Amino acid sequence: MFRIARLVAAKDLRIELRSRVVTNQVLPFAVIVMVMFAFALNTDEIVTRVAPGLVWLATLFSLLTLVQRSFAIETSDGAMDAMRSAGVDPAGLFLGKACALAAQLAVLEVVLLALAVVLYSAKLHPGGVVLLVTTFLTATTGLALVGTLYGGLAAGVRGRETLLPLLLLPVVAPVLIGATRATEAALGTGGAVVADGWPWLGLLGVFVALFSVGGTLAFGPLIEE
Amino acid sequence: METVVQLSNAVAVLGQFPVLAGANLTVQRGEIVLLQGPNGAGKTSLLRLFAGLLPLARGEGTVLGCDLRTNRESVRKRVGLLGHANGLYNDLNVTENVRFWGATVGASAAEVDAAMQRMGLAQRLAKVPVSRLSAGQKRRTALACLVARRAELWLLDEPHAGLDAAGRDELDATLREATSAGATIIVASHELERAGALATRLVEVVGGQIRESGAG
Repeated sequence: MFRIARLVAAKDLRIELRSRVVTNQVLPFAVIVMVMFAFALNTDEIVTRVAPGLVWLATLFSLLTLVQRSFAIETSDGAMDAMRSAGVDPAGLFLGKACALAAQLAVLEVVLLALAVVLYSAKLHPGGVVLLVTTFLTATTGLALVGTLYGGLAAGVRGRETLLPLLLLPVVAPVLIGATRATEAALGTGGAVVADGWPWLGLLGVFVALFSVGGTLAFGPLIEE
Repeated sequence: METVVQLSNAVAVLGQFPVLAGANLTVQRGEIVLLQGPNGAGKTSLLRLFAGLLPLARGEGTVLGCDLRTNRESVRKRVGLLGHANGLYNDLNVTENVRFWGATVGASAAEVDAAMQRMGLAQRLAKVPVSRLSAGQKRRTALACLVARRAELWLLDEPHAGLDAAGRDELDATLREATSAGATIIVASHELERAGALATRLVEVVGGQIRESGAG
């Protein structure tokens, strides 16, 4: 399982390095979303207050594009069918695609966080760094796992482009809430303190545990016809 | 001779429709068997049954000694199904594609090189991105992936579709060479003249039944 996961993750990341879809398309899209939020909310005070939520919303929107892309490379010439017919371990495929997706999301989030500091005047506090990093790692893992699971489910369905957001967004609501609250605590937004963030990180941890086990078990039957 | 495929009174159902109704067939190692029949006769479903993708509802069936009822996962690992799509990654080059598929079964670098040599891909085309290949070259790359995956039974659905005359000749030569190297090939095709000349045996699929219709 882990050999296949490494193989699939390396393949997906190599394809990204060649095609540069994340750097040339998804990243500019996420930046535009962040700028649009700033235009729409206008007032500095409000923007700073809601900055953590905006970062995670922009991440969610970008996730949809990344997941579509991740499975488009598998379906464009029937590679997904070939994997299935070749008996490639679906758990390995799931974990590999989730790892590659997490790596791409992580790069994107670093840029989004930097943008939040520049555009929204979000402030990083030394005391909140551990919580902030842990939150980003855990939430990214959760998003990648759910994105891969639902991306695989929608990959073989007609109208998958419109179906994916419909399936995915309600499921990732706990990540959006947990990650936003924990990020607020890490940044000290709205009077929150670091200690307020740890229970939310716990919620993210439970989410990751559920979807890593559930996804590994369910991915095979989901991609079967 | 080693029996690669054995069907006895096989019944398979796709959704609610029967695609095989008491079919019998035996295929020996090294044969190139052509499945012919009208659209909807069940040729593709038969290939999917041999690939372990379609369950056997009743009757007996084995592929490479593995039971099609109880051991379909083992069948999948030893069989290569090539349908209308090639299963390739357009952003990777030929070598990277063959290496990836070989690595799914733990193939060594030497095995990957040998697969590419066998399909004539090792020199000029090795570093060319798949997106820049012709249809025939993509087909050859897909076949190299089957070799690298150590597929012992090749199931090809309309392999000549989309190829020009040169690509078809190239493919036929590749398939003949593959059988002499130990592969067994089952081809589903409408193109009786082309695929019939390639096959060592012709089999007709009509209404879920299989009839021997002569040697190629």
